[in-house]
Amino acid sequence: MNYIFYFLIVISIIAGAINGKLSDVVNAILSGAELSVKVAFSLIGIMAFWLGIMKIAENCGLIKIISKLIKPITKKIFNEIPEDSPAIGDIAMTFTANAFGLANAATPIGIKAMEELQKHNEDKKSASNAMCMFLAMSTAGFQLIPATVIAVLISIGYKNPTEIIAPTLLVTSIAFLSAILLAKLFQKFWIPQTKSEEKNI
Amino acid sequence: MIQTLMNIISLWALPSIILLILTMGLLKKVPLYETFTEGAKDGFKVAVNIIPYLVAIIVAISMFRASGIIESTGELLKPILSYFNVPADTIPIMIVRSLSGSAALGVFSDIANNLGPDAYATKLAAIMVGSSETTFYILAVYFGAVGISKHRYALIVGLLADFIGIISAILVCNLLF
Repeated sequence: MNYIFYFLIVISIIAGAINGKLSDVVNAILSGAELSVKVAFSLIGIMAFWLGIMKIAENCGLIKIISKLIKPITKKIFNEIPEDSPAIGDIAMTFTANAFGLANAATPIGIKAMEELQKHNEDKKSASNAMCMFLAMSTAGFQLIPATVIAVLISIGYKNPTEIIAPTLLVTSIAFLSAILLAKLFQKFWIPQTKSEEKNI
Repeated sequence: MIQTLMNIISLWALPSIILLILTMGLLKKVPLYETFTEGAKDGFKVAVNIIPYLVAIIVAISMFRASGIIESTGELLKPILSYFNVPADTIPIMIVRSLSGSAALGVFSDIANNLGPDAYATKLAAIMVGSSETTFYILAVYFGAVGISKHRYALIVGLLADFIGIISAILVCNLLF
């Protein structure tokens, strides 16, 4: 991430200078910073709502039931997380929300799942294998119905917007499965997490 | 027919999840109001926690987009991609897709409005945008919320999966349309 952060900023400044857009690049610092705070603050309300609902789901045992239902799958994918951890149920809820295109529910629930995974993490600063797996799966963005895209297609008078669903589903499934396989592969070859990493910070 | 069914599903997905959770909570005699507010208390804390991570990533990406490099990279990739029957208009989407969801949607709307419903580019762009999440945003928010700053291989895997998504979108679109 250090290199990517450096790369993005240095390339932007150099390319901005070459393209004569340096003042735009400088302005983007201010607008980007403002946007970040806007995004974070717009999350507060909906985050509070879903964290509240999820607390009820956890205390009434629903999360446990979901965890049990999907155990055969998650046992293989998240093999480092105890089977009865609420993390598993939260992860399932995140993907349910994602699949139905409920982005503003998926993000808070996903964060909740990440917090549960953090409880099982040895080094609190670096991502565990389970966290990398969950993140990779989330970024692949498995969705049953691409609602926003369909809305745009309808607005331009696309005759049969639903014909886009099947190919999109196929592509998103391929990306989702390759995310899981890649995460498993990298898990084997990447330097394992160690507690001593904390000292280097 | 399929469209009405779809509308019903997207309309009812959220309410049914909430109904299910609350009803089950009531049946299991969970103190609903107290439990809800106890959980909701963390909303503010989590949102504030992710600010530094969001600032780092959103500022860097805003600068990147403002620098005009996406357009120049697009020009560079044009001859290679046109060989594979990929319209030049969709190139910005491939580059911006993992960086900014709103930007990708913006480019898609432009293509759809300018080239119209029958264009191949509109279909390819729709599939590319519909099949992806904004990798950098998810990374900043999910890892930021719990204070993870060492991502290990998470980003590489996310970007590789995005890349595979783009390739398969091109292939699928080529086969179908």
